[in-house]
Amino acid sequence: MAAPEDDDVRDVDWDGVRLHVVSGKGGTGKTTVAAALAIALATSGKKVLVVEVEGRQGLAQIFDVPPLPYADRKVAVAPGGGEVYALAIDPEEALLEYLEMFYNLRVAGSALRKMGAIDFATTIAPGVRDVLLTGKAKEAVRRKGKDGKNVYDAVVMDAPPTGRIARFLNVNSEVAGLARTGPIRSQADAVMEVIGSRLTAVHLVTLLEEMPVQETADGVAELQAAKLPVGGVVVNQMRRPLLSAADQTKARKGHLDREALAHDLAAAGLVKGGALVGSHGAVTVDDVVRALAVEGAEHAERVALEQRERDNLEGLHRPTYELPFLPDGVDLSSLYQLAELLRTQGMA
Amino acid sequence: MSFAREVVPRAPSLDIDAMLDDRGVRVVVCCGSGGVGKTTTAAALALRAAERGRRVVVLTIDPARRLAQSLGLTELDNEPRPVEGVDGTGSLDAMMLDMKRTFDEFVEANADAERAATIIANPFYQSLSSSFAGTQEYMAMEKLGQLRNRSEAEDLWDLVIVDTPPSRSALDFLDAPRRLGSFLDGRFLRILAAPAKAGGRGLARMMSAGFGMFTGVLNRLLGAQVLTDIQIFVASVDTLFGGFRQRADETYQMLQAPDTRFVVIAAPERDALREASYFVDRLEADSMPLAGLVLNRVQLTTVPELAASAATAAAERLEADGGSPTTAALLRIHADRAATLDRQRRLADRFTSVHKTIEVATVPAMAADVVDLDGLRAVGAALADHL
Repeated sequence: MAAPEDDDVRDVDWDGVRLHVVSGKGGTGKTTVAAALAIALATSGKKVLVVEVEGRQGLAQIFDVPPLPYADRKVAVAPGGGEVYALAIDPEEALLEYLEMFYNLRVAGSALRKMGAIDFATTIAPGVRDVLLTGKAKEAVRRKGKDGKNVYDAVVMDAPPTGRIARFLNVNSEVAGLARTGPIRSQADAVMEVIGSRLTAVHLVTLLEEMPVQETADGVAELQAAKLPVGGVVVNQMRRPLLSAADQTKARKGHLDREALAHDLAAAGLVKGGALVGSHGAVTVDDVVRALAVEGAEHAERVALEQRERDNLEGLHRPTYELPFLPDGVDLSSLYQLAELLRTQGMA
Repeated sequence: MSFAREVVPRAPSLDIDAMLDDRGVRVVVCCGSGGVGKTTTAAALALRAAERGRRVVVLTIDPARRLAQSLGLTELDNEPRPVEGVDGTGSLDAMMLDMKRTFDEFVEANADAERAATIIANPFYQSLSSSFAGTQEYMAMEKLGQLRNRSEAEDLWDLVIVDTPPSRSALDFLDAPRRLGSFLDGRFLRILAAPAKAGGRGLARMMSAGFGMFTGVLNRLLGAQVLTDIQIFVASVDTLFGGFRQRADETYQMLQAPDTRFVVIAAPERDALREASYFVDRLEADSMPLAGLVLNRVQLTTVPELAASAATAAAERLEADGGSPTTAALLRIHADRAATLDRQRRLADRFTSVHKTIEVATVPAMAADVVDLDGLRAVGAALADHL
């Protein structure tokens, strides 16, 4: 746990960033990281909005609240009196809201729906959906209260996966084929003013495995090519290297001292009379020793692989944050632990 | 029995070899949400089937680089190529889907050269074939249909295995082609292209009142050039393909054929299993032939009898008494595994208690990535419960 600190002197990597986009390969824990980052950013009296854009209701699940409507809902408090709000951005609602705002056309919604226009705009037309989704996030970033101050100190987006992130965010080129002039175009330009600027950072979540790391590298390159602001890399589900370096080598070579192991298991009270306590003789001490040796070898293998992939990540020269593997899975209380870890590492 | 089945003690087991050996099975579709190992599973099933004597073609969507290389997927010509190093009397061809190219070929096959060139040059077609939502799924279905037809006509293959696109939802593979087909054949596009001809007279009258406003809004939203592009596109594809929707429907029906099998893939994680659950429900509702569930990346331990709590307590005792740090570390490694297995079992249990009759195959979490044929063989052996 970090000592209480003065926020002004804390060295945070993303000062001035108001939109944190969290992407990553499917299955790496994007939603978990987005939620933890929102809590971390809200710590010490801040107000943060976390949005999801893929209609999965993943935020509701992770914050353990009912499915989110198309309206900001308070889902958590952060240490030091902060507040986390969540919003599931629905493209259809966003379109109707947009039509209403600019054309006073909400009433035309049902006629447009009958003709298939709403479906077209929100599910099929390339880019339009993304402009609507990113546009809503941009609006939350820019939203001002009656006092003229920003309503949210930061907005976190649980974004589409790495493979699609550059295209998703680069709405400018995405709508190029469809809308070369007109308000969709202007909206895209307004979105790019936020997303393409220092107000935004696109963070990528990865595991220390070959494919996610490769995708992270590809993602960074694509984001850079599209001139989008690359943020940090969050390494999720890291294994604790439990064995010493010497033991790792022994474990991988199968050279662990099995007799000593059997002796220790007896000393620790796990085996008695040559069998695992409580197994009624069904599991022998040899079974336990063999299993622990194999599991130790696989663990060492895994740690070595993670080390290799970590070296690959270092080549990307991005600020990197590490989060541990949680064998029991992620619940609300572990989100707060992860948030604290992100804070102590300077991500928030 | 492999220990990975520990995670689903009550579920009936999915006999992968029986499915692959069944000559009556001609198509296997691998689906599931992103990041669960669909591509690897599809490739592993294909290799195992080939080495058991089938003549297999596998359609992958987006394989990892090294896996693609090991399958010989370096020439991107949108055509199946033989995979080197396959044992036995069967054969394995592999290809990677090129969505735009599949669409272009589809146009070229259905229009004369001049018309095809007009369509392919149309800006609206270019957006449609490269970035419309649903195009990848539509083209995956289209390619699957082509491969299946060719396997019958040319007797090249007797089993087609397909990976599915990394969609937001596994259901997109089933729904996106028809959604796109409906749009392409639908009223909206017709109205845009030729307002005067759209619909019946009653509809036309109803529309005409709102239509000026409607096209006005669209022009304002999208810019006027878009409507012109769409008009030219619709005029050139009109009656060309016998309808996009009809074609999507035909492929969909093929998936309901008795010689197709769906394999739903999930990792033992909350989100992946939820997606798998939706998908299984949907397959049942549409009477599509479900083979079963593949549960990937299951945490293994050969001594599940040693509980996480007991292992942790013993490690703590050793550490407190100044015992061997090596043994304490090994016990903690085991405790993490046992805890992971417990969590996975709880999650899998939720799935299997709702879907009691679904057969399940399990694949243990591998220490290293699957990047070559040997890796695929190991996955195949695990799938078939022959570890």
